Amino acid sequence: MKNKPDNFHFQAKTALNNPSLQQALSKATTHILNKRARAIQELTDLETLRDRARRIKEQTIAQLNHYLLQLESEVRKAGGKVYWAREARDAQRYIAKLVKQKKAQLVVKGKSMVSEEIGLNEYLEKLGLEVVETDLGEYIVQLAGERPSHIIAPAIHKSREEVALLFQKKLGTNPEAEISKLTQVARERLREKFFQADIGITGANFAIAETGTIVLVENEGNIRFTTSLPPVHIVLMGIEKVIPTLADLVVFLKLLPRSATGQKLPSYVSLITGPRRDGEKDGPEELHLIILDNGRSRILSEPALRESLYCLRCGACLNICPVYQKVGGHAYGSVYAGPIGSVITPPLVGLYRARALPYASTLCGACRDICPVKINIPHMLLQLRQGLSYRWNRNLINPGYWLEKLLTITWSMGMKDEGRYRFGSKVARLLQRPFLKKQKISHLPYPFSRWTKSRDFTPLAAKPFRIWWEDNQRSSKDHERAD
Amino acid sequence: MKAHLFVTCLVDQFFPEVGIDLVKCLRLAGVEVHFLTGQTCCGQPAFNNGFWREARSLAKRFIYLFEKADLIVIPSGSCASMVKVFYPVLFKDDPILLARAQALSQKVYEFSEFLVKLLGIETVASKYTGKITYHDSCHLLRELKIYEEPRKLLKAVKGVELVEMENSEACCGFGGIFSIKNSDISAAILQEKIDRIRATDAKVVVANDVGCLMHIAGGLSRQNLTIKTRHIAQILAAD
Ligand code: SF4
Repeated sequence: MKNKPDNFHFQAKTALNNPSLQQALSKATTHILNKRARAIQELTDLETLRDRARRIKEQTIAQLNHYLLQLESEVRKAGGKVYWAREARDAQRYIAKLVKQKKAQLVVKGKSMVSEEIGLNEYLEKLGLEVVETDLGEYIVQLAGERPSHIIAPAIHKSREEVALLFQKKLGTNPEAEISKLTQVARERLREKFFQADIGITGANFAIAETGTIVLVENEGNIRFTTSLPPVHIVLMGIEKVIPTLADLVVFLKLLPRSATGQKLPSYVSLITGPRRDGEKDGPEELHLIILDNGRSRILSEPALRESLYCLRCGACLNICPVYQKVGGHAYGSVYAGPIGSVITPPLVGLYRARALPYASTLCGACRDICPVKINIPHMLLQLRQGLSYRWNRNLINPGYWLEKLLTITWSMGMKDEGRYRFGSKVARLLQRPFLKKQKISHLPYPFSRWTKSRDFTPLAAKPFRIWWEDNQRSSKDHERAD
Repeated sequence: MKAHLFVTCLVDQFFPEVGIDLVKCLRLAGVEVHFLTGQTCCGQPAFNNGFWREARSLAKRFIYLFEKADLIVIPSGSCASMVKVFYPVLFKDDPILLARAQALSQKVYEFSEFLVKLLGIETVASKYTGKITYHDSCHLLRELKIYEEPRKLLKAVKGVELVEMENSEACCGFGGIFSIKNSDISAAILQEKIDRIRATDAKVVVANDVGCLMHIAGGLSRQNLTIKTRHIAQILAAD
C-alpha cells in the first residue's frame, strides 16, 4: 500500500515499531549532523552568510516574474528550449512528447525531488520506457521499489544489511560484500546505461537568470554523465529555484554542501548553459528546461507561507528534527518529508488531505536554527494549524475534531474569568480523585489516555499557588497590624 | 524594584511550590513582588493547537490585566514566548492591539533572564548539594535565545555540580498538544531524553519550564526512576 499523508499516525507507528529503521535513522542523522557541525565551525561568517542567502532569496521571490522571464530568454539565447508547466500533468505530457519524438527507450535520471513530485518514473514506465536512477541512494530505492525518504539521502531508512540483501536479490552480489564493493557493482551497471540512454533527466539546484545557467551539485559524478552523455538533457525545476546572478551562487555554494552533507565543497558542481555548441566535445544536442509551478504559486500568494519558497532542499531540517529522527520520511506519506515537508505539502496537495502534517511537530524550532536560509518553519506550522482549526465544514463527520473543539471552548471559557477559573480548579480536583493512586495518575480517560499510556500525569496540587499567596498576604498584613 | 509575577496556570495549579520558591528568590533579590489574582492562562495551549480565536480572547485579557505593570516576570520560556513573540503575531491585523501587545512584550522577562540580564544578579545566596543536569526548553532557547543565564545561576549555587547531558538542547517530546496527538512519537523522543539524563548520573534534572518537567517527570515516574525534576527556582531558593 502506498503511504499517504492522511495516514500519518498509522505510518508513524509502523516506523516506531521497526527496530532496523530506528537504528538506521539514528545512526545516519547523527552522522550527518556531526559532519555538518564540523563543517560550519570554520565558517567565521556563518551568520552573515545565512542572512545574505536569505536576502537573495527574499528579493528573488519578491520579483519572481522578472527573474523567471530573464532566465527563459537567456536559456533560449544559449540554444535551450523552455517549457512552462503549470501542473505535474503538463510536465509529464511534454516529456512524453519528447520521448515519442526521439523514439527513446532508456532514460537515465539524476536525483530530482521535482521528478518525484510529478511521479515521473511511474509515468514513463507506463509508457514502456526503462528508467534508471543513477544516484546511488535513488538506485537503491528504485531497486527496492520504494520512494526516497529523505531529500538528500533517499535511502537513509535502509541499513547496510538491508542494502546488501537487496543487492543480493536483485544483482546477485555476495551478501557479505562491503559497501564499497556494492557501490562498485552498482557503478558498473550504471555505466552501461549512461552510454545507451536516449535521454538524461535531472533536477536543478539553482538556475541563474543572468546567464541562463543550470547549476547541479553532486558527489558521485553521475549527474555529470547524465547531463553530458545522452543526446537529450531535460532539466526539471520548480519556479523557486531561480537566482539572479553568478555572484549569488557563490553564497549558496558555501552553505548548501555544508548543510546537506557536512562537506566544505561538493565533489562536483556542473554549470550548464545551453546544449553542446559547435566545436565542443561533450554535452547533449538538445537541452530542455521545464519550469514547474505545480502549486507553488499558491504558496507565493499566501504571505504567511511565502518564505517556504526560499528552501534550498538541503535536508538539514530533516536531520535535526526530533520527529523525523523517530519516524523517517515515509511516515509523512508525502514527497517532501520532515519539517519543510510539513509546511509545503498542505499547499501542494491540499490542506485537508495533509492535515496531520502541521501537527507532526513539537514546534521545538531546531529546524529554523539549522536552516541555512533561516526559514521560520514552526511559525508557518502554527499558521497552518490555525487554518485547520476553523474548517468545521471539512471536519463535519470527524468526532475527534468536535471533541477537541468542545474541550478548547470549555477550557477557554474557564480561563476567561477569575471566578470561573477558581470554580473550575475546584471541580477539576474533584474529578481527578478517582484517578489518583499513591500521589500518581497512571490512567486517564480518552483523549488523555494517550498521555498516560506511556507516562504518568502530575496530579493537581492540593491547593493552587494563589491560595498560598492570599494567605501569605493576609498574615503579613496581620503582622503589620500587630507591630 | 517592583515586579509582577505571572505565575502561569501550570505552576498555579500543579506546582504551587515552584511559585512559592519564585517569590522567595525574587524577594531575596530585593524585588517587591506583586501578584494579580485575576491572572489565569496566557492562551498558549489554544494558540499552539490552532485555535487562535480563543487564544486571542485570552491574550486580550492578559494585555488588559498586565498593561499597567512595569515589569512582568514569567517562570516559563514557553509562556514568556507566547506573550513576547506570539501576541504580536495574533494581533498582526489589529493595529491598536498590536501596538499594545508590542509595548507589553518589552516589559516581559523570563525568570532567569530577569535575574541575570535585568538585575545583573548571578546568585541568590542559596545552597544545594548534589549533581544536577540542565535541560534546555525549546521555546526558552530558540524563541527567547536564553542559554547562558540559567547555567550561570545554577553554577553559582554553592554545592551544585552541573553536569551537561548529551544534546541538552534536544526537545523532550512534549510540544503541548503534540504529546496527546502524536503520543507515540512524543514518548519515543522522551525516551531518548531520559536515557541522556540517566547517562549523566545526576539525581536531579532542572529546567526553566514546568511543562517540559511535567513531561519528563511523567516518564521518569512511569519507569520507576528516582531522578527528580526541579524548576530552576527550586534550586535557587534551596538553603
Ligand atoms: S527548510 Fe531550510 S533546512 Fe530545511 S531543507 Fe529547506 S533549506 Fe534546508
